[in-house]
Amino acid sequence: MTAQTNPLLKISNLHIRFHTLDGVVQAVDGIDFDVYPGETLGLVGESGCGKSVTALSILQLLRCPPAEIDGNIVFEGQDLLELDREGIRKIRGNEISMIFQEPMTSLNPVLKIGEQIAEAGRLHKNMNRQQAWRWAVEMLRMVQIPGPGSRSRQYPHKFSGGMRQRAMIAMALSCNPRLILADEPTTALDVTIQAQIMTLMQRLKQEFKSAIVLITHDLGVIAEMASRVVVMYAGKVVEEAPVIALFKDPRHPYTRGLLGSIPVIGRKEQTGRLLQEISGMVPSPADMPRGCRFLPRCSHAMDKCHQDEPPRTRLAEHRRVSCWLETR
Amino acid sequence: MTDIADSSAAKTGTPAADNALRRKWAKLKRNKAAMLGGSLIIIYVLSALLAPVLVTGNPSGLNLMNSLEGPSFKDPLGTDELGRPILGRIIHGSRISLVIAVGVVFVGLVCGIPLGLISGYYGGKIDFIIQRATDAMLAFPGFLLALSLVAVLGVGIKNTVISIGISMIPLYIRLVRGCVLAIREEAYVEAARAVGTRDAKILLRHILPNVMVPITVQTSMSMGTAILFAAGLGFLGIGVQPPTPEWGAMLGSARSYLFHAPHVATFPGIAIFLAVLSFNLLGDGLRDALDPRFKL
Amino acid sequence: MLNYLVKRLLSTIPVLFGISLLLFFMLRLLPGDPAQVLAGQMATPQDIENIRRQLGLDRPIYEQYANYLSRLAHFDLGRSARTQNPVTEEIWARLPNTLLLAVVAISLACLFGIPAGIISAVRPYSWVDYLVTTSALFGMSMPVFWLGLMLVVLFSVILKWLPAGGTGSWQHVILPSFTLAAFVVAFIARMTRSTMLETLSQDYTTTARSKGLQERVVVIKHALKNAMIPIITVVGLQFGLLLGGAVLTETVFAWPGLGRLIVDSILARDYPVIQGTILIFGLLYIMVNLVVDLIYALVDPRIRYD
Repeated sequence: MTAQTNPLLKISNLHIRFHTLDGVVQAVDGIDFDVYPGETLGLVGESGCGKSVTALSILQLLRCPPAEIDGNIVFEGQDLLELDREGIRKIRGNEISMIFQEPMTSLNPVLKIGEQIAEAGRLHKNMNRQQAWRWAVEMLRMVQIPGPGSRSRQYPHKFSGGMRQRAMIAMALSCNPRLILADEPTTALDVTIQAQIMTLMQRLKQEFKSAIVLITHDLGVIAEMASRVVVMYAGKVVEEAPVIALFKDPRHPYTRGLLGSIPVIGRKEQTGRLLQEISGMVPSPADMPRGCRFLPRCSHAMDKCHQDEPPRTRLAEHRRVSCWLETR
Repeated sequence: MTDIADSSAAKTGTPAADNALRRKWAKLKRNKAAMLGGSLIIIYVLSALLAPVLVTGNPSGLNLMNSLEGPSFKDPLGTDELGRPILGRIIHGSRISLVIAVGVVFVGLVCGIPLGLISGYYGGKIDFIIQRATDAMLAFPGFLLALSLVAVLGVGIKNTVISIGISMIPLYIRLVRGCVLAIREEAYVEAARAVGTRDAKILLRHILPNVMVPITVQTSMSMGTAILFAAGLGFLGIGVQPPTPEWGAMLGSARSYLFHAPHVATFPGIAIFLAVLSFNLLGDGLRDALDPRFKL
Repeated sequence: MLNYLVKRLLSTIPVLFGISLLLFFMLRLLPGDPAQVLAGQMATPQDIENIRRQLGLDRPIYEQYANYLSRLAHFDLGRSARTQNPVTEEIWARLPNTLLLAVVAISLACLFGIPAGIISAVRPYSWVDYLVTTSALFGMSMPVFWLGLMLVVLFSVILKWLPAGGTGSWQHVILPSFTLAAFVVAFIARMTRSTMLETLSQDYTTTARSKGLQERVVVIKHALKNAMIPIITVVGLQFGLLLGGAVLTETVFAWPGLGRLIVDSILARDYPVIQGTILIFGLLYIMVNLVVDLIYALVDPRIRYD
């Protein structure tokens, strides 16, 4: 992608708050990033950093109240947050679709798999029952589920975890969306199945030419699949880079910590150290520190870090960091 | 025997547990409906306790000159077919029904909790037997079971308490057993067992406090049910016998005069309704505050 | 599915035994001579002796129980001490009336209760929700017999629209069935509400919404279909509980059903009828539960296709 290509999805100044009995929780505090057509953007961060919530807000899947969303999410020229119910419904499943983390609970147990895939087609593409069903079977075949004809007439409890995830992928792709939001699609699966699913997703992405926002905390998956990466911490974006640059030369202390903490067989012999960790814990959203949020856990902390939040520094095309170290 | 440090939140005194308890109390207080229920219950209990003070004279004393009078200044709720002031009888009736309700719940708890604990904790043959017996008892709708027991035992307040109490037992057994089965598999129970803590101690110290939550909710509801059942038996004439002023019995005798003195039937019914409502409101609020999992 | 059904059927057997045992001993727990009790208060010493020999009450206890069971198997429930008619006859004459009330009541309750619960769940904490939950709570706290009396006062005494009791026309059915339905509709509404709230918060509901389906479709096709499973179970259970409520309602409205029969028999100490009616009630309840289990197995694909 070049600078001339317009982003497919542009998120600017997104704030998401939750009103709970214990007070207001700021889950996402002013983030922005872009997604370009056809690319796979990795969205990385620990649990609780706000990545899933960001994805849900794109399709207005958060209940407001108790959620409160501010900012702009522009998709192909339209601000998705401004759309009314009817408007966002036309986008969901059609232009933008979502794959969820838990295949066990994300499929409706009392509806046939084929039906769950066909409904989107009937709704958005105006297919009649037979057409939609045939298309659903075709989708199952594309996600490499053997015997798709008879499988489509079965219920989810007959499917294994990996197969259910394939079915979810089929569901998400059924209307040929421009953008797929994949929320930890492989986390709940066995490692061997993970590899299969990732290969499948890569292949399908080529065929369908959709962009993917791949949300995960697993850097291995990012390395395999993403072309660009956005790193989130405690509701903020801390670094953004093309994937190779990120792995080769991480700039933000958090990213460095993440990469450093990947267990590597033989590391002890090479570097003389055991597993590396990032000390401390993610701050609770109700109790954010002033200044840089990563401060309590950062080994490079300076005075400035206590006082103000670090500015975003643009290092190169599609490369930025939010850290005081970069402004020296 | 060494004692594992108890980390279950039910143990009061530790900071974390105290906080949790206080938060639940605050949540309960926020629930206006539950507070209304609680206030009504307090009124109810007070009226029961203070009945002899509030109502002078004999609530069952006849005054046939005055019978079936409508509400007036002298008798705000009117008089019944034997000239007795209804208000006074209702206040005394609150005593009767409270005694019955407490008695019923007592029977249910005293028999139900131990049986449920044993059944759930030990499993095996004894569980099988207790469960089959419970099934057989639950093969009848509650009121019918109480009715059948009254058929065997006879009428009167003591038998009313026993019959309804026995019909409550299977409910408590089921509840407690379900809880025990869930908690039995928890890590801290396994840890206590591994260290050699005696069964009885495990049951009392670890399992029982956690069972208390659903039991408390159920008890509130059961008080309401007990009042309803007792009134039902009274209405049919096989519960508390006249002239004792039991609300259901009052309704029963008011039936014959329904057409030209409907107030005699209205007010005792309202009393029953308010009493049961208050326990249901409180029970709902308790459930919301303590453990929304068991929502019905 | 067959597996499941067979298991369910088998589990009713110990319950049936349990009930028969309970009833068998119930008679013998009463003070006095069982033969006299069964013969009733009008019996002569000769009648008592006859009964004693007929029912083998002088035999050892296990033989008595065996006889009892075999008599049950032949549908012999003895004779009413009051009327001397076979108990089965007395029951048979009244059973349809009770069933009529129960069926009408449960239909009314579902007709009003389930939609109320759904609307409540779809708009939680709205005024509709508060109305439904409050009415439900009221309905559950009202004594059934008082409600019946009040309805009689309103509709028979004051308005004179409906008869106060007895049978004969469809107007006679209205008040008793509405009274009976009151508690159940409240329960079903609450149950529907909470089940729907749960299904609406499940992951698969979010998935359904993420596909762009209309909210109506999400609620009915995705959420309700799942919620129906526990709701059906509850409805079945409530049908059984209705049988208990029938006792009181039938008394209020002088409805000639099983409920009144059992009350009259208790007051008259007519033990054969008491035993027989209790047995029938128990059987009905068990049968209802079995039917509910069957429906459950048909509706839940996880059980049906296993």
